[in-house]
Amino acid sequence: MSGPSPSPVIDVHNLSKRYGGKTVVDRLSLTVPRGHIYGFLGPNGSGKTTTIRMLCGLLTPDEGEGTCLGFDLRRDAEKIKRQVGYMTQKFSFWEDMTIHENLSFVARLFELDRPDERVEAIMNSMQLTDRASQLAGSLSGGWKQRLALAACILHEPSLLLLDEPTAGVDPKARRDFWDEIHRLADQGITVLVSTHYMEEAERCHSIVYMAYSRLIVQGTVEEVIAQSHLVTWTVEGSHLMDLMRSLEGNPAIATLAPFGTRLHISGTDEALMMKALAPYMNNETLTWSRTTPTLEDAFIHFMAQHGERGGKAA
Amino acid sequence: MRNGISFYRIGAVLIKELRQLRRDKPTLGIMIMIPIVQLMLFGYAINTDPKYQPTALLIQDYSPFTRTLLAGFQNTDYFSMVKVVSNDREGHDLLQKGEVQFVITVPTNFARSIIRQEKPRLLIEADATDPTAAANALSALNGIITKALEHDMTGPLAALQPKGAAIDVTVHRLYNPEGFSRYNIVPGLMGVILTMTGIMMTALSLTREREQGTMENLLSMPVKPLEVMAGKIAPYVLIGYTQAAIILLAAKLLFGVPILGSVGLLSAALIIFLICNLALGFTVSAGARNQTQALQLSFFLIMPSILLSGFMFPFRGMPEWAQSIGSLLPATYFIRIVRGILLKGNDLVLIWPNAWPLFVFMLITMAIAMKLYKQTLD
Repeated sequence: MSGPSPSPVIDVHNLSKRYGGKTVVDRLSLTVPRGHIYGFLGPNGSGKTTTIRMLCGLLTPDEGEGTCLGFDLRRDAEKIKRQVGYMTQKFSFWEDMTIHENLSFVARLFELDRPDERVEAIMNSMQLTDRASQLAGSLSGGWKQRLALAACILHEPSLLLLDEPTAGVDPKARRDFWDEIHRLADQGITVLVSTHYMEEAERCHSIVYMAYSRLIVQGTVEEVIAQSHLVTWTVEGSHLMDLMRSLEGNPAIATLAPFGTRLHISGTDEALMMKALAPYMNNETLTWSRTTPTLEDAFIHFMAQHGERGGKAA
Repeated sequence: MRNGISFYRIGAVLIKELRQLRRDKPTLGIMIMIPIVQLMLFGYAINTDPKYQPTALLIQDYSPFTRTLLAGFQNTDYFSMVKVVSNDREGHDLLQKGEVQFVITVPTNFARSIIRQEKPRLLIEADATDPTAAANALSALNGIITKALEHDMTGPLAALQPKGAAIDVTVHRLYNPEGFSRYNIVPGLMGVILTMTGIMMTALSLTREREQGTMENLLSMPVKPLEVMAGKIAPYVLIGYTQAAIILLAAKLLFGVPILGSVGLLSAALIIFLICNLALGFTVSAGARNQTQALQLSFFLIMPSILLSGFMFPFRGMPEWAQSIGSLLPATYFIRIVRGILLKGNDLVLIWPNAWPLFVFMLITMAIAMKLYKQTLD
């Protein structure tokens, strides 16, 4: 990774966006240093896509200030566009054009020098050369994603904004994709990537969790888990569903999640939780062990917590 | 040039559009077929001066006069004697059923009355539900009657000839002496077809980008509205010229429409008209959420262009409010320009009164289209 840059790549304060009276992004502040991979997580409709669109100049924030790559979000949308690679959530390249035609169109819109060479080079490095003359519409999910990434990095942007790039892509293609992301970050490119996959979140340097239009928590995976203040127990055994039913609704228990033959039970107040679990601890058919909460436990807890506070903000 | 308009990027959009068009064979085919099919349909089918209309006869007096008169009727080509009836009621019945357009009644003692100079009454009943169908035939009648009878008023009957008969009405039909409707319709079709395809194709092309999500991609890249517009319009300008060429060829070869004026001048007017329609299509797409809406909105503009532009009905025959609407349509001016150039051999000076409104219209629609093309997703 290249040395830390004094000014952050993304530096925004109190960004808000409303659609017809409904606040979609509520006073979001975010600072992303250069060369970092930031994972953007949160339930559907939490405002991730809107935030990304505001960052690349596709949407004008209703309130708030900030810079992206040192350019003002409101005044310099054009300059931001030149240095940002934005990958939309839905595949948005021209399905009736081939891979090569799509890439060469993008190269020309960015007015790149020697566009044909650049297109050849990117196709080589992304292993798209064999399929150069295949129509984009006929590609499978993984290849579409590769084409989209190739088109996004073609103009050598300093910042990549990827909106759920791996949705609907098989595990192998996802792993390749993440290797590529890390390679790019290593070259000094900053990446903000939204995802629903926990193991992808764990591959990020930092994560930002949004729910109900607000930024809830950010930091490394460990920091985020720590901030949840959760205590988690794992139970193994039979009749787990009975146990789950009897614990449901208990105020001492924050989240309950079955994982195959195990059940994750988390709560924020250890003393209260122990009291609630005590009657079951002696059951011989169950094996109890204290574990660290997973990112998922933490997120589900955050979501429940803020859902209660946020009312019907969803 | 980082901030100005880039022809390089316009070129990129243009190539993209051409590639997509090339793969959209059905649409391409339709755009070539539209002018041909419509020309055939309208060119051959619409005739505001119908000939050989079915006519029934009620003859109550057979005489040489009657025969001459009927021969005269038939010579006009407007009447085709299909039936002889024996009384009024039968004649009315045929009219009511729509089996005949006219019933001609030769009254009893027709010949005797003529000889006695009693000015007998020849009754012609016309089905006037479609006034245009009957108008020309009826107006041709007057002349025939006098002419035909003159022929018989010879020898001892010469004295019966109407002396210094009132006025001899002569009608000169300028530019279309034979009164061929197709002379009028084929040039008009050029305006209508180009309006149709021009508005629809651009409206669809832009809403398609929005519907398929590629618009978001386009907006996230450094390309300006004018560049997208120019690049997207250019292929349709080419298609418009192809359609115009097909129509012009058919006009000449199939319909024998004279081309008296300059084709170069027509081409110059054509590009202004095409840009008007393409920019209108852009404007339509800004108001449409999907391709279905874009089509509906396009038709909203296309219908008045067909009905109120002077293509379907004579412009001067419309009430003033309809004329004012018609005056806001580029097709109105273009149709006048085409008719002027083809049929009257008009030059630039003569088409100018219709050319400048078209030019102003082009500038305004382009400005609106660019204003409406949003550079953000807001």
